[in-house]
Amino acid sequence: MKNGALITTSGLVKQYPVGRGHFTALRDIDLIIERGEFTGLVGPSGSGKTTLLNIIGALDFPTSGSAVVLGTDTTKLTHKTAARLRTEHIGFIFQTYNLLPVYTVFENVELPLLLLGMDQGRRKQAVMDSLEWVGLTDKAKSRPAQLSGGESQRVAVARAMVKRPGLVLADEPTANLDVENSHNILKMMVKLNKELETTFLFATHDQKVIDYVRRKITLIDGKVAEDIQTTPKSQ
Amino acid sequence: MLIIKLAFRNLIGAGLRTWLNVFVLSIAFLMIIFVQGLIKGMGEYAVEISVDYNYGGGQYRHEVYDPYDPLTLEESHAPLSKTLSGLIERGEATPILITSGAAFPEGRMQSALLKGIDPDQEILKIPSSFLGTDTTDAIPALIGSRMAKQTKLGIGDYVTVRWRDVNGMFDADDVQIVQIMRNAAPSVDQGQIWIPLERLREMLQAPGEATFVVLEKNFAEAPPGDTTWIHNSPDLLLASVTELIKAKAGTSNILYGLLLFMGLLAIFDTQVLSIWRRRKEIGTLMALGMQRARVIWLFTFEGALHGFLALVVGAIYGIPIMAWVMKHGIPLPSAVEDSGFAIPQALYPSYGVRLLVGTTLLVLVSVTIVSFLPASKIAKLKPTDALRGKQS
Repeated sequence: MKNGALITTSGLVKQYPVGRGHFTALRDIDLIIERGEFTGLVGPSGSGKTTLLNIIGALDFPTSGSAVVLGTDTTKLTHKTAARLRTEHIGFIFQTYNLLPVYTVFENVELPLLLLGMDQGRRKQAVMDSLEWVGLTDKAKSRPAQLSGGESQRVAVARAMVKRPGLVLADEPTANLDVENSHNILKMMVKLNKELETTFLFATHDQKVIDYVRRKITLIDGKVAEDIQTTPKSQ
Repeated sequence: MLIIKLAFRNLIGAGLRTWLNVFVLSIAFLMIIFVQGLIKGMGEYAVEISVDYNYGGGQYRHEVYDPYDPLTLEESHAPLSKTLSGLIERGEATPILITSGAAFPEGRMQSALLKGIDPDQEILKIPSSFLGTDTTDAIPALIGSRMAKQTKLGIGDYVTVRWRDVNGMFDADDVQIVQIMRNAAPSVDQGQIWIPLERLREMLQAPGEATFVVLEKNFAEAPPGDTTWIHNSPDLLLASVTELIKAKAGTSNILYGLLLFMGLLAIFDTQVLSIWRRRKEIGTLMALGMQRARVIWLFTFEGALHGFLALVVGAIYGIPIMAWVMKHGIPLPSAVEDSGFAIPQALYPSYGVRLLVGTTLLVLVSVTIVSFLPASKIAKLKPTDALRGKQS
């Protein structure tokens, strides 16, 4: 499936200052991720998966090199334009769901649309559509504390998908879920990827996730050790 | 609108935590208004009572008269000028004659000022009509509650008073207490015995004379004084009271500041704790695309809303309480009468528009500022650090 490059990184390097020296989290990363891919960044802890995901998501900036996401060079963004890129085009799914505890499920999913400035009528429809995708319309008025882990992550998926972003970045999305819930979430993501052609990029070392991805990029010590197309074992 | 909407959601969603903060702030807010109102009420009472019982609309004082120097009293009386007599005849002024003397309650000697007042006067609130009481064997006399307490005299009691006439000759007679004034200004109470003006003139052998003449309250255009009778305007007469009120206002401002500080500390503490506890939430908001400036405004507005809700909540339970206190006052123990300051038996607060509006604005502005300070720290928080719940 070659739909055009959605993400292109060239010579990407990320270093963190440590004492008088520095720690290199990413070394010379060159990647092209096409539109509609379902890709996993895999590797052990500390291999640079989350750092790469944060740079692609314009949450962090590289030390050198470039990362072009949806035609925008994220290294040249200001905080404001980076925020706009995230608002309009990128959805995030976190390991710990990161739902706002004082908001209801509906309000959590509605938040990205409020930031987009969408009018109330369209917003309500979009939120309900999104909750329907994840099968949680009956929990719209619940608060996160009243949900199970699986339900919370489904809300997080709905929140990431509600604005129909071109790219969804998921950082260890199944780390806090049991096997059954992990499979449910991943099946739902595969369905959204196929139906909406949303590009999914995972940072994970969970074999369950790896079994679903169609491309596996292995990072070891901040370098791409392997980049292969795979046949998903679970779909 | 987005920030207002989200701030409301955050506050309402936080439930009990929000209402506890709001309640604490509303208490501080009400205490500021209540204490300031009480002090303002005391000040107004001091002025009012001084005007009603002593200064009226101004005084014409004998040139020698100095209320703070009893030694001047022997020489500080004279026949009234034509102008002053005219004012008195028209009921626009009343003369007061003073001499120094001594009272002998229960055989003890106590210095006292004998003050003569026309029993029919209505210029001052001194209940002089009681001096028209027909006492067959003694001079009718009126004393204040402080004097009564000091001398242990009650209504109907007799006490011997001694004085010097204009020739310097000592004389003495009995007076009978016909009434005790409550809530009178200390300046017409402590160490003073009020008797009918004509009786005092006879006692001093000073017919038609007075020490000072009090104009009726709010007298429009006081005629100028002369070399013997010096005109003292109400402002001049109230200068010492005004100074005392100013001095008390200084103390009350410290209290005001402390109460405000307590309220603001609660908000500041809440905001700092919020930022500490909600770093991950802030990171999530940033990841979802909220700009830093908006995050700052969100937290600042949340703090300001605390202030606004505190005003609303404070108004709900505070207005009935304050209205009740305004009507019934706060009873004070009788010991406060000895303070020397004109303090009523019950304190009645006075809430002016300036106090209410000023305090409201001050609370809102201060709360907004103390909310902004910790919120502005968010601007330095990296989204990735915030997401990890780390302070950068």
